[in-house]
Amino acid sequence: MNVTVTDQLAQRSGLGPAELQDLLRRMIAARLFSSRCFSLQRQGRMGTMAPIDGAEALIVGAAAALDPATDWVLPQYREMHGLLRFGEEVLTTTVKYLRGDPAGGHFPAPIRIWPPQIALAAQIPQAVGLAWGMKLRREEGVVLVFFGDGATSEGDFYEGCNFAGVLDAPVIFLCNNNAWAISTPVRLQTRARSFAAKAEAFGFPGESVDGRDVLAVRDAVARARARAIAGGGPTLIEARSYRLGPHTTADDPGRYVPAAEIERERQRDPIDLFRRELEEAGLWNASFEEETRRDADARFDRALQAAEAATVRPDAFFDHVYDRPTARMERQRRELLEALSRDEIAAGGAGEPGGDRSGRPDRNRPE
Amino acid sequence: MAVMTMVQAINATLHEEMARDDRVVVFGQDVAKNGGVFRATEGLLDRFGAERVVDTPLSEAAIIGSAIGLAVAGMVPVAEIQFLGFTYQAFHQIAGQLARLRYRSDGRFTTPIVVRAPFGGGVRTPELHSDSIEAQFANCPGLKIAMPSSAADAKGLLAAAIRDPDPVLFLEPLRGYRAIRDDVPEGDLVVPLGQARTVRSGDDLVIIAWSYMVEVARRASVELEKEGIAARVLDLRTIVPLDVDAIREAVEACGRVVVVQEAPETAGFASEIVATIVDEAFYSLEAPVARVSAWDVPYPVGLLEDHYVPNVDRVVAAARRVLD
Repeated sequence: MNVTVTDQLAQRSGLGPAELQDLLRRMIAARLFSSRCFSLQRQGRMGTMAPIDGAEALIVGAAAALDPATDWVLPQYREMHGLLRFGEEVLTTTVKYLRGDPAGGHFPAPIRIWPPQIALAAQIPQAVGLAWGMKLRREEGVVLVFFGDGATSEGDFYEGCNFAGVLDAPVIFLCNNNAWAISTPVRLQTRARSFAAKAEAFGFPGESVDGRDVLAVRDAVARARARAIAGGGPTLIEARSYRLGPHTTADDPGRYVPAAEIERERQRDPIDLFRRELEEAGLWNASFEEETRRDADARFDRALQAAEAATVRPDAFFDHVYDRPTARMERQRRELLEALSRDEIAAGGAGEPGGDRSGRPDRNRPE
Repeated sequence: MAVMTMVQAINATLHEEMARDDRVVVFGQDVAKNGGVFRATEGLLDRFGAERVVDTPLSEAAIIGSAIGLAVAGMVPVAEIQFLGFTYQAFHQIAGQLARLRYRSDGRFTTPIVVRAPFGGGVRTPELHSDSIEAQFANCPGLKIAMPSSAADAKGLLAAAIRDPDPVLFLEPLRGYRAIRDDVPEGDLVVPLGQARTVRSGDDLVIIAWSYMVEVARRASVELEKEGIAARVLDLRTIVPLDVDAIREAVEACGRVVVVQEAPETAGFASEIVATIVDEAFYSLEAPVARVSAWDVPYPVGLLEDHYVPNVDRVVAAARRVLD
């Protein structure tokens, strides 16, 4: 352990060696989980997914500043692999989500995470309402809502932030400015001098931080959280990062990202930066690295096994549209199950009506 | 019993439900200090205070979006959108979010939210204040849609909507706010969502309608009675859930049907009613089903309005047609 460097790190972060190592472990694990999902998508075992690469520091750093017992997180759709501080079940649920299992939208209580949000910025006014409700109910806690640079061009961003300002709602708006919205660069997204500057229009503080620096993000979110809890209202934090991978498994950034740019950005990979810091402090070495990866792989294997073992009834989509299905939906359910049962008889099977209950997402895929 | 206008019944019910359940919060544009532009929320601020009765920014998407968050926090939001046509600016939060949070969270998060909004013609409003766009929401599974036609039903359905575990759009006819007056039972009154009401009996034909068009249908039935025609009037009360049994029974009893809606003809909810009749009671039909709708044009300016909204004459003419 290099005492001087360790002291500097401790001074900068207020964290001890074990906590610093924990942050790096979570970042490495987040990328590994995401990469495993990426591979499974390529194998046809998962649907489209948005890899986390480049956002690990800001997600893990933000989560580290929250209290999972009192605070809520509303993700966009790129954050889940980095949110396991809220519970190991976050991973299983995320794997289910990416497999196309309806249970994948249900982070089990008491995990205070909302389902991933596909409509950009739609979660922002919802986060404001949740924070407003917590305030009305005198519950101590904050809401942190993730979104990207592209989402700040949506009306919901402006409406949500504006209303939050009026309400003094205990909410933290965390903008992951990763330079790209699929193929749209930030310069085509806004002429504002920064995303943090937009807070000025809402009447609450905005802060731009290095989103590659897990400690800087953790610190900014911790300060915003303390302000919110003290009744000081919302904060907009812009975390400047870089999307090191494609937008999603369906994207080819080779069409629009200059090769030199991505090479340059890879030199500032947030995981490498923090690993180097911990190595210099004598807090990290090859065996820590290997143990972290082995552990993360094993955890992913467990989550995948649990997710793939879960059964999905073919009529499951009728369950949670309303508190109770309407009479018309019950008729539709019977129609579906009868059709599946006919299929099964035609195929010579003799199982339960409803056919294959394994829930494999490729069940209806042509061979 | 007390005779009330529809807007008085709505106001009284909001008072009662807020007193009954302290999780109920009322918010929207001009609802607190001003008591609502139609006075539907009058007196709530004074009685229940500024935490539970809240004037919001002019921000339809944030009103609906924040209602979703409030509901997950454990409140029972009753949001007002000043005119239903303004929901175009919140459609993504209603159709894409409110309707499906229970579904996409696999049952974890529920949204017992009421969105109140006036709509409909006859009062010479500016553009986008009168559009009858209920069918657009009926095509969004996850929403329930209540459209009362009487003051008593406004009370009973609003109480049911506020106590319902699912999101309910509660659509109030502008023309009916003060023009509709009837006996409203005192005390607790809950009209279950999904139960149609026979407004007038008869078995020569049935006129099926909802919201203010029930009043038009009722007046048409009075005209028809003068010709010795007994027209039944069926008020759907809620279009989601739909009382399919009541529709089937009425068609089986009458054999001839007119469906009246204030929305444009193409893909309006009347089309759904006709399709339901074809599914459920085709062999009871003695004539093609007639639809009386607004024309397939955007809601017009004031001087043309009376040529657009279905009226008694058009309903009577349609009735004669199905009786021929």
